[in-house]
Amino acid sequence: MATMLQFPSSVSTLNDYNALYPDWTQREVSTGTTIMAVEFDGGVVMGADSRTTTGAYIANRVTDKLTPIHERIFCCRSGSAADTQAIADAVTYQLGFHSIELDEAPLVQTAASLFRDMCYRYREELMAGIIVAGWDRRRGGQVYTVPVGGMMTRQPVSVGGSGSSYIYGFVDSNYKPAMSKEECLKFTAEALTLAMERDGSSGGVVRLAVISEQGVERQVILGNQLPKFSTV
Amino acid sequence: SAPAVKQKGVDTVRYEGGVVIGSDSRASKEYVSSRMFCCMAGSLADAQAVTNAVIHQLSFHSMQMEEPPLVKSAAAIMRSFCYTHQDELSARFIMAGWDHINGPQVFTVSLGGIILEQEFTVGGSGSSFIYGYADAKFKPGMTREECLTSTTNALTLAMDRDNVSGVIVHLAIVTEKGAERQLIPGNKLPVLQRLA
Repeated sequence: MATMLQFPSSVSTLNDYNALYPDWTQREVSTGTTIMAVEFDGGVVMGADSRTTTGAYIANRVTDKLTPIHERIFCCRSGSAADTQAIADAVTYQLGFHSIELDEAPLVQTAASLFRDMCYRYREELMAGIIVAGWDRRRGGQVYTVPVGGMMTRQPVSVGGSGSSYIYGFVDSNYKPAMSKEECLKFTAEALTLAMERDGSSGGVVRLAVISEQGVERQVILGNQLPKFSTV
Repeated sequence: SAPAVKQKGVDTVRYEGGVVIGSDSRASKEYVSSRMFCCMAGSLADAQAVTNAVIHQLSFHSMQMEEPPLVKSAAAIMRSFCYTHQDELSARFIMAGWDHINGPQVFTVSLGGIILEQEFTVGGSGSSFIYGYADAKFKPGMTREECLTSTTNALTLAMDRDNVSGVIVHLAIVTEKGAERQLIPGNKLPVLQRLA
């Protein structure tokens, strides 16, 4: 940020200079977040919250964390906003090139592998947790998770981001194999709402995307329309 | 700071006639009085020292009042310890039980000395995984059986995800009549995960 005179906290000054500059000028932009993706027969449902924070300030309360990589492949981003945007841009370029060479739509696994290669190679510099999901002709709807560190694995349902720890129990108990598209949408919306209630870094609206052979359908669930759980 | 003995899953919920307190095998549930239990999380050394001091002070208080102690008295004594020594302690407690004035109550006394009465609460290292489940499942006005099932399910889910929580579920049900304990061994736990 602009030139700032900043003393390390071990140095005591007559005035507290660090307090003159608000918290958000000194913090990196983070998508501390909750992201989720579920496979169903015929496609995938992806969901994310919409909060981007710089320290205690919410830099963007209506962020779109569901980023298109190709026509039927999206990724959900969590971690450092800068890192994930840069990686997504690079992978979009690489995948587009690859798709032209092949002269057909790329596989979701290819996209996930590209993410994994980048996240693993630069693991020391990056802070990115990504869920790649989409539909292709060979294997239908698929969800791959590429968490911090650069591993890649396919899962029928995957959650990520800082808010995800609060919903592991809910997701474990409520996921059933062979759910329909509507059930997946409801399940994702409920899980994200519960995480947003508990995690300070997640909030705003719930953004959903359904990817199938027919294409991509996007939805937004606004704050007052979120599912309600009885609060005590 | 003191190395916290990394904790376990603890889950406590109140229903019309009593309180259900669940914990996994590694968590500590301390018997405070005939109708009160205290669950500890965090640095166990700190937690045990505080709990012993509280039980000591509570028994004197109860003798002076000439009646069984109230849950909120126990929680208040615990809170004053945690607040006075907040810089040295790193422990978190759930004080739950039944008394003749206010019926079943659940209090959580946290780091720094905050006291909160709640309908249900979760604690320990495995608790972060079940906040979502607990928020969705626990409603006011549940019956005893619903409380028992939900508590067991919540603990099972936490033990499935948390590598330092495990194996069996201890339940204590405290009502006007006293405390009843149950133990559910690992092979009898509900199977909730359908992810292969």
